[in-house]
Amino acid sequence: MTTVQLENVSRWYGNVVAVNDISMTLEPGVTGLLGPNGAGKTTVLHMMAGFLSPSRGTVTVDGSPTWRNPGVYRQLGLVAEREAVHGFLTAREFVRASAKMQKLPDPAAAAEQALHMVEMTDAADRRIETYSKGMRQRTRVAAALVHNPQVLLLDEPFNGMDPRQRMHMMGLLHELGDRGHTVLFSSHILEEVEQVSGTVQVIVAGRLAASGDYRKIRRLMTNRPHVFAVQSSDDRRLAVALIGEKSVSGVEIDPAGLTVRASDYGSFTRALPRIAIDEGIRLRKLLPSDESLESVFSYLLEA
Amino acid sequence: MSTVAWITARGLFGRRRVLLLLPLPLLLVGLALLCRAYDVNPAEWGTPVLVGLGLAVMLPVITLIVGTGVLGSEVDDGTIVHILTKPLPRRDIILAKLGVAIGVSAVTSAVPLFVAGALADSVRLGLGLAAAAAVGACAYAAFFLLLSLLTRRPVLLGLVYILVWEGLLGRFVSGTRVLSIEQYVITIADKIAPTGILEARVSPTVSLVMTVIFVVGCTLAAVDRLRSFSMAGETS
Repeated sequence: MTTVQLENVSRWYGNVVAVNDISMTLEPGVTGLLGPNGAGKTTVLHMMAGFLSPSRGTVTVDGSPTWRNPGVYRQLGLVAEREAVHGFLTAREFVRASAKMQKLPDPAAAAEQALHMVEMTDAADRRIETYSKGMRQRTRVAAALVHNPQVLLLDEPFNGMDPRQRMHMMGLLHELGDRGHTVLFSSHILEEVEQVSGTVQVIVAGRLAASGDYRKIRRLMTNRPHVFAVQSSDDRRLAVALIGEKSVSGVEIDPAGLTVRASDYGSFTRALPRIAIDEGIRLRKLLPSDESLESVFSYLLEA
Repeated sequence: MSTVAWITARGLFGRRRVLLLLPLPLLLVGLALLCRAYDVNPAEWGTPVLVGLGLAVMLPVITLIVGTGVLGSEVDDGTIVHILTKPLPRRDIILAKLGVAIGVSAVTSAVPLFVAGALADSVRLGLGLAAAAAVGACAYAAFFLLLSLLTRRPVLLGLVYILVWEGLLGRFVSGTRVLSIEQYVITIADKIAPTGILEARVSPTVSLVMTVIFVVGCTLAAVDRLRSFSMAGETS
């Protein structure tokens, strides 16, 4: 079990503070690193990968500092955002070179396995410069995975991939997380993060705005009404009954059902079944409609 | 050959930049052949062709192209990250790249200098020039490799060193010759094959000691610099 730890990490460039006093621990599983452009995501990722020294604080992988410590790459793989590969090599040569530089006992077999994982075996003998953006990205992922690292850091890994490749990559990250690898990936596309990981680290303006399961984060935002979509056997009568409930701050009726705003998540979810039973109404659908990552993210940005 | 050296050599010969290595050696050998064919007195053309073109321009320019190409290009396009994310001592990476740079520069410079020296005077002069060029390639390569880690414009700074420091100041300010690799090369060649064509301006001891200092000092500094290699984060 490998953990990545940031303790009171700050990084500044001259007068510009890119990262401000961030502490976080990444544990096995997949974690999404979220934030608007310029929030400091890449700076955090580069510090984790040992390519940037923190101006203050410490960044460690299992207790070892990542800065000026090449030994850390035995258990760490990085797929940087910049699409930089040796285009004059074939994918097979590129990944095999990675395996050799990792001093693996059987570089050829490790390279084949990594290429198979990213579905690049068939095109592996073509020069990388002839590849599409998505294929290059998969080749880079194969090179980062060739030594089966315990920690995998990916900066915008889905860039340039078509939907099928994207699904495959998401599956691969899931699989790695399930197998106990610590995977962190940054993305500005919320749907991607939502599909791959429930756990997020949200960075806004260089600070860690939230950390953990985004659904739990949403429930902790007690100052914002929770929005539920409700359908029942008699929506209008249910609306009348709900408006008398203390935890409900508003009800809208539309053809698809009710949109209920509740000030207290727990009280409302306990009260609703009781009201339905008392009124003899059958509930057909109850969905929290603003628990998506997008809502949580926009609330955090507004805060 | 290490994997790093293999990738470096493939990268060097896979880029069009490698074609830049050809014109100057061809010009040097062509001029020497022309002078020889027209029976021009070597005392008249030896110094301008062998020293003025061969040692003062061809050797440093070729080593500048190769020395900045083995690392500077990878730093520029970001492919260096692929090598740096491996558990390799940074010393090994620098030594592999330096080895390729020295090997390619030394061969590309020493062969035409040997031919031109043999045409101008004797095989001994040719050998002296080739050996001195190989020693000079070591010092220049280490220096230019370091430059590619210190600045984003290593070629420009390298040209300033070659043209302004060695070419201009070296001619008029005698003190600058102590820090001129060109002068070490001339002295070493002159020591191996003394002729009227070469005029040593620093002592052989200074040349050898300073060459070692250049090679070792620049290599150690490059290793240290690579240990602290940073990628810029987004700040906008």
